[in-house]
Amino acid sequence: MSPVLVRAVVRRLVGAAVLVVLLALPWLVNAYAISTVSRILVFAALAISVNLLTGVTGLPTLGQSAYFGVGAYTGAIVSTTLSDVGPVQLVLAAGAGALAAAVTGPVAMRARGVAFLMITLAIGEIAYVAAGRLDAVTYGTDGYSGVPAVVPLPGIAPLVIDGLVYYYVLAVFLLLYGLVALLLRSPFGLALRGIRDNEDRLRAVGYPTTAFALAAYCIAGALAGAAGSMWTSAQRFVAPGDLGFDVAALALLAVIIGGLGSMWGASVGAALVVLTRDYLGGYVAGHGLLLLGVLFVVVVYAMPRGLSGVRRPRRTSEVRA
Amino acid sequence: MTAALELRDVAQHFGQLKAVDGVSFSVAAGARHAVIGPNGAGKSTLFALIAGTRAATAGAVMLDGEDVSGVPEHRRATLGIVRTFQHSSLFLASTVLENVLLAAQRHAGLSWSMLRPLSRRAALLDGAHDLLQRVGLDERHGARAGALSHGERRQLEVAVALACRPRVLLLDEPAAGMSPAETARFSRLVTELPAEVTVLLVEHDLDVVFGLADTVTVLHLGRHLLTGSPTEVQASSEVQTAYLGAVDSSELFPEAPT
Amino acid sequence: MLSWLDGNLVSMVDGVAYGLLLFTLAVGLSLVFGMMDVLNLAHGTLYLAGAYVAYALSDGSWLGLLVALLVGIGVGVAGGGLLAALTQPLAARGHLDQALLTLGIAFIAADVLVAVFGAQVLPTAPPDGLTGRTSMLGHSYPVYRLAFIGIAGALALLVYALFERSSIGALVRATVADRDMVRATGVDTRKVLFGVFAFGAALATVGGVLGAPILAPGPGVDETVLVLSLVVVVVGGLGSVPGALLGALLIGQVQTLGVAVLPTYAPFLLFGAMLVVLAWRPDGLVSLVRRG
Repeated sequence: MSPVLVRAVVRRLVGAAVLVVLLALPWLVNAYAISTVSRILVFAALAISVNLLTGVTGLPTLGQSAYFGVGAYTGAIVSTTLSDVGPVQLVLAAGAGALAAAVTGPVAMRARGVAFLMITLAIGEIAYVAAGRLDAVTYGTDGYSGVPAVVPLPGIAPLVIDGLVYYYVLAVFLLLYGLVALLLRSPFGLALRGIRDNEDRLRAVGYPTTAFALAAYCIAGALAGAAGSMWTSAQRFVAPGDLGFDVAALALLAVIIGGLGSMWGASVGAALVVLTRDYLGGYVAGHGLLLLGVLFVVVVYAMPRGLSGVRRPRRTSEVRA
Repeated sequence: MTAALELRDVAQHFGQLKAVDGVSFSVAAGARHAVIGPNGAGKSTLFALIAGTRAATAGAVMLDGEDVSGVPEHRRATLGIVRTFQHSSLFLASTVLENVLLAAQRHAGLSWSMLRPLSRRAALLDGAHDLLQRVGLDERHGARAGALSHGERRQLEVAVALACRPRVLLLDEPAAGMSPAETARFSRLVTELPAEVTVLLVEHDLDVVFGLADTVTVLHLGRHLLTGSPTEVQASSEVQTAYLGAVDSSELFPEAPT
Repeated sequence: MLSWLDGNLVSMVDGVAYGLLLFTLAVGLSLVFGMMDVLNLAHGTLYLAGAYVAYALSDGSWLGLLVALLVGIGVGVAGGGLLAALTQPLAARGHLDQALLTLGIAFIAADVLVAVFGAQVLPTAPPDGLTGRTSMLGHSYPVYRLAFIGIAGALALLVYALFERSSIGALVRATVADRDMVRATGVDTRKVLFGVFAFGAALATVGGVLGAPILAPGPGVDETVLVLSLVVVVVGGLGSVPGALLGALLIGQVQTLGVAVLPTYAPFLLFGAMLVVLAWRPDGLVSLVRRG
C-alpha cells in the first residue's frame, strides 16, 4: 500500500476509535467528568469556528466569543419563550450568530492580519460589556437562569441527566464537524484558503475576495452561535463571563495549539485547553490566568506549527486527484 | 470590426511622475500583440491599468467596444481580461492542481459551492489536468507551488491565466528567467492558443516578441511611440533613438542573442 | 441647546480627561504597530502597572507624586524594552505569534499584579494640593481632573511636537510610511523600534501614574484600557500621532457623554463610532500607512 493510502486508513481507524470512546464515555467516567467533556465539545465547536477564520482564511480573530454569546443568549431566550426543542434553538442561535456577524463583519473586513485581530478583539469586548449592561435581555451580570432541560427532538422527554445531555451535545458537534469538513473540501473552501495564501492574486483571478471573506465571517459566526446554543443546553445558564475575553483567547489558543487550518487539531487543542484550565487549574488555585499566560508563551515559542504540524509538514492540500 | 481591446488616452500619474501619459492604441481581436520599450517606459503600469489592478488617472479602457474603466479588477477578470504577473504570483502553499482549480472553478461559476467536494467534480478536475498537460506540468500536479522551479512557476502562471478562460490574455514578461527549452515550449503554447483569444504581451526577450507577435507597440517614457508590424518597428529610426539614443541598430536590442 | 450643554458639561469635560488618558496609551500602541506591525496586547498592563506604582508610592505629597512618576517611567522603559526584546526574535515567524506572545505576557502580568496588590480596586488619592472640588461654570468638579487635563494636555502637545517637528519624529513617521525605504537608507529600524517601544510604554505607565486617581487600578482595568486604546488606534489611523489624539478625544466623549446620554447603549456607541469612522475613512481619521 502506498504511504498516502496507509495514512488514510490510519486516519479512519483513529477516527472510528475516537468515536467509539466518545460514545462509550458515559459508561466509563463519572457525571462530573462527562459534563467536562460536554464543555470540551462546545469549546471545540467554537475552536472550529475560529479555525475557519484564522487557520483556513487567514484572518486571526479574538472576537468569536461575541457570536458565541449571541448564540448562547438566543438559545436561552428561545428555550424560555418559544421552544425547548434543541434543534429549534440551535438553528435560531446559528442564524442570530450569522446575523450579528453580518452586521459587525464589514467593520472587521476593512483590515487584514493583526489589524483584523485588533478590531475583532474590540468587537468581542464590546459584546461582553453589552451582555452585562442589557439587563432587559440578558439579566445583566446576574446571568440568564431558568433555562429548561433540552428536548433533543419533538416527542422525546427532556434530557435531565448529564450523560444524555452529553449525547445531544456530541450529536450536534459531530453534525457541525461534518458540515465544516464538507465545506473545506468544496470549491468555496479552496477559495477561502486562496485568500490566506494570496489574496491579491485571487482577486486578479476574478474573485471578489472581500465578499468571500465576509461570507466566511458569517459562516464562522453561525458556527459560534450554534456552539453558544450547545453551551446553553449543556449549562442551562448563561452569564457575561461565558463570552469574556478569556474565552476568545482560549479558543484562539486552541487553534494555535492544534495547528492553523487543522480541524482535528483545533478540537484536540480545545480539549487540552479546557483540561488544563479545569484540572491543572485546580492545583494552582486562583492562578488560572498565570497558567493561561504561560501556556501562550510556551506555545508561541515551542510549537510554532501546533500539534498537526509536529508530525509532518503542514498539510495544505485537501484536494486529491 | 471592433478591436478586442482599445486604450483611449490612458494615463496614470503618481504626483509629478507620469508613469503612463496619454497612451492610445488598439488590439485587434485574435491578435498576438506585443508591447516593448526600454525600462521605465510604463509597460507594467499599463498592464495594471488594463487589468484593473490600478485605476487609471484618466482615459478609458474599452473591452469589445465597452468602457470597463470603472470596473473593478475581479469583475474585469470575469469579463475576460486576465493577466499573469511579472514576478510570479501564485498560491504558494497550495498544490499546482489547486492553483489551476481556483481559477477554473471561478470561471465555471462554482466558487460559491459549499457542500459538494471538489474531488467529486470530474469535469472541473479533468479540465484542470488538461491545462496542466498543455503547459507541461501535469506530472507535478500534487506538488506545492512553492516547491516549483522558477521556470515551472512561469508555466503555472500561464495555466492559471488560461483557466480563467480569457478573451484578452495579458502576459507580463512571461519568458523572464525561462530556459531556452522552456521558452520554446511557451512560444508554442501561445501559438497554439485558440484564435479567438487575444494576446497582449510585455516581453524583454525580443526573439520571443518577433517570433510571436503580429503587431508591436513601442512605449517610451510613458508615451506611445509607435504601433506597427514587427518589420515596421524594426525599421523605425524613432524606435532606435528612443531605445538608446543611438543609431546603431546592433545595439537596439541588447538582450537579443547574436 | 444651551441648557443641554450646561446639563452635560461635566460629562464633556470628563470626556476630555478620559480622551487625554487614552491618548497616552494609544500613542505607543499605534506607533509600534504602524512601524513594525507588532500588536502589543500587553499595553494595557503598562497602564495598570503605572497606576499601581502611583497607589504604592503616592502619599499625598508632591514628592510622592514625583517619585511615582520617575519609578513609573523606569517601569515603562524597562517593560517596553523587555517586550521589544521578546517580540523581536519572532519577527520572522509572523505578527500573529508576536501578538499572541504579548497576550500571554499580559495574562501572566495580570496574575502577578493580583498576587501582589490583591483583587480589589484600589482608590488612589491625588496629591493633597489637588484634592477636593472646585466650581466650574456653576458645576462642582474635582480639582484633580482639571489639573490632569492641563498636565496630560501639555504632555500630548509635547508628544505631538516631538513627532511632527523633530528629526526623530520625522524618522519615525518615515518608518511608518515606508519602512523598507528607511532601512535602505542605512537606518537600523530595529533600534528605532526599541526606542519607540520604550517611549510608548513609558508614556503608558506615566498615563497610569497620573490617571490612577481617575481610573483606579484593579483587575480588569488593563483589559478595559487596552480595548479602548485599540479602538482609538483603529479610529484614529494606524501609526499616526495626530490620529491617536483625534481618536482618543472622540472615544473619550463616546465613553462619557455617550454613557450619560444613552446609558444602556454605551457599548454599542463605541462600536457605532468605529463603524461610522471606518465607513467614512477606511484607514482611520489620519492615515500615514501606505497601502500596498
